[in-house]
Amino acid sequence: MEYAVTIDKLSKDFGRFRAVDEISLTVQKGEIFGFLGANGAGKTTAIRMLCGLLLPTSGLGTVNGFDIFKESEKIKKSIGYMSQKFSLYSDLTGRENLEFYGSIYHIPNGRLKERIAELARNLDIEEFIDRKAESLPTGWRQRLALAASLLHRPPILFLDEPTGGVDPVFRRRFWEILYRLADEGVTLFVTTHYMDEAEFCRRISIMHRGRIVEIGNPQELIKKHHQPDLQELFINLISKSEQNV
Amino acid sequence: MYKIKHIAIKEVRHILRDPRSLIIAVLMPILMTLLYGYAINLDIKNIRLAVLDYDQTLESRELTGRFYNSGYFLKPLQAPDLNDPENILKSGRASAILVIKQGFSNDLTLQRQYQLGLTVDGADANTASAASSYANIIFSQFLKDHLPPGFTIPGAVISAQVLYNPDLKSSHFFVPGLIAVILMMISALLTSITIAREKETGTMEQLLTAPVTPRQIIIGKVIPYIGLALIDGVLILIFGVFHFGVPFVGSILLLLLFGFIYITAALSIGILISTLVNTQQLAMSFAQLVTVLPSVMLSGYIFEIKNMPIVLQYVTRIVPARYFLVIIRGIMLKGSGLSVLWVEATFLVLLTLILLTIATKRFQLKMG
Repeated sequence: MEYAVTIDKLSKDFGRFRAVDEISLTVQKGEIFGFLGANGAGKTTAIRMLCGLLLPTSGLGTVNGFDIFKESEKIKKSIGYMSQKFSLYSDLTGRENLEFYGSIYHIPNGRLKERIAELARNLDIEEFIDRKAESLPTGWRQRLALAASLLHRPPILFLDEPTGGVDPVFRRRFWEILYRLADEGVTLFVTTHYMDEAEFCRRISIMHRGRIVEIGNPQELIKKHHQPDLQELFINLISKSEQNV
Repeated sequence: MYKIKHIAIKEVRHILRDPRSLIIAVLMPILMTLLYGYAINLDIKNIRLAVLDYDQTLESRELTGRFYNSGYFLKPLQAPDLNDPENILKSGRASAILVIKQGFSNDLTLQRQYQLGLTVDGADANTASAASSYANIIFSQFLKDHLPPGFTIPGAVISAQVLYNPDLKSSHFFVPGLIAVILMMISALLTSITIAREKETGTMEQLLTAPVTPRQIIIGKVIPYIGLALIDGVLILIFGVFHFGVPFVGSILLLLLFGFIYITAALSIGILISTLVNTQQLAMSFAQLVTVLPSVMLSGYIFEIKNMPIVLQYVTRIVPARYFLVIIRGIMLKGSGLSVLWVEATFLVLLTLILLTIATKRFQLKMG
């Protein structure tokens, strides 16, 4: 079995506050992994450590086989990252944004143009790619941000609440794209607050107060805890964990 | 290099598309030059001067005429009461009194030592010092014209002549100073804002997940501002030299070299600020506070450092503009070279190196 992500007892302290508390998990290559949790559970901190944005306090971790403590530069070359905030330049056009990121990933000009055209087609952003990003509706911007994170064909994609604030139609289309990527063998590490999205994941973990309280296949977890659906399972697990604190 | 180049290109696009930063970068220096040039005119003119001529000769009248025709002195509104000289200043009818004692003409002809009396109202220190300087110039010119060439009367001149700025034009002082202020402002203010903007909008985080180092980001981002600052500096220089007639007697190359070092210091301060704040708004206020204000107030631009309280004098030592101001004034007005300016040059280089080291260390710590 090949793993895209392995984490063992990973922790992160901010002063005396422990944001992530000894979490362990593995993600297989090509898997859609749902990284769930209440607000402030430490999901974003965990993702930032995996992407090389933040140095962990203790524990072990690899992404694409690279050590998250020592090889963050290699990790950065081999991942795509898309955050909850739209984080492309709003005063530049979609194409300018993509061309800029292409140059950061050092993609030669000719190949970059082809790749942008290909992504524009696949992600259905051709009609607005030459408009300034600030003038676009959220759903379109998010597809643009996704395109930017896919430019260098990363084998793994980290998505931090990619569909926040988007209407159901856009969300559905976004997930269709994600499914297609998974079919192509891209590993997807996704955080979300939408339980219908979590059901699309092959495996999920549920985080609360820095700890992972449950991990596994959504349907199996629902059965194991005798809950009607994922929504109830989530609420149930969080309130149980709350009582234990 | 490839990545740095593309970050710089992106930054140029940001500048060109944001009318606000363009206005700050291009319009502001021009407006400030005009403002300082005309509105904040430090030249002192139209000093009310009462002349008490007890000599009443051809020569004494000629001297009086020279004072009033100089452009610096005006006749008092009312004819002064010759019997009560003290009241002339008190009543405010004049701010200076010139006393020509009896025997002026005689002494001049016999080439004897002679004391010309000038009493100045010290309430306005600037006017007072200007009045006595002007008086000296006028009097020494008068003596020169009436004595054989090379001949002087010892003790006849009240004080030393004014060097380097013989016209006492404040534009000669304000233009070099303005360049120091504008360069600091453009470099520090705009860089801190542009970095804070990337932090505020989340693009910095996105960028850092890509294979690019904080060093590359910073270098790429500041290059366009170095260019912008240099353009602004040259713009003010051209404006100052051709419009306000400020002399430029020294080496342009030497000035460009120190301009570049000074800009580096300013950029370092801008980067340092951006590591301390997360919003553009805060960056702007912070930058104003720690760059523009000290460059104007604590650099010797408007207030002389030697007249400041001791504590403030020590504070001025970490203001880069203090050193750059001496350098740029020296180069422009006096044509000074390194042999004269090496002390300030050394301090400026040291300060720049310290600022640059702290700034890059902190930026890498914060972003890496």
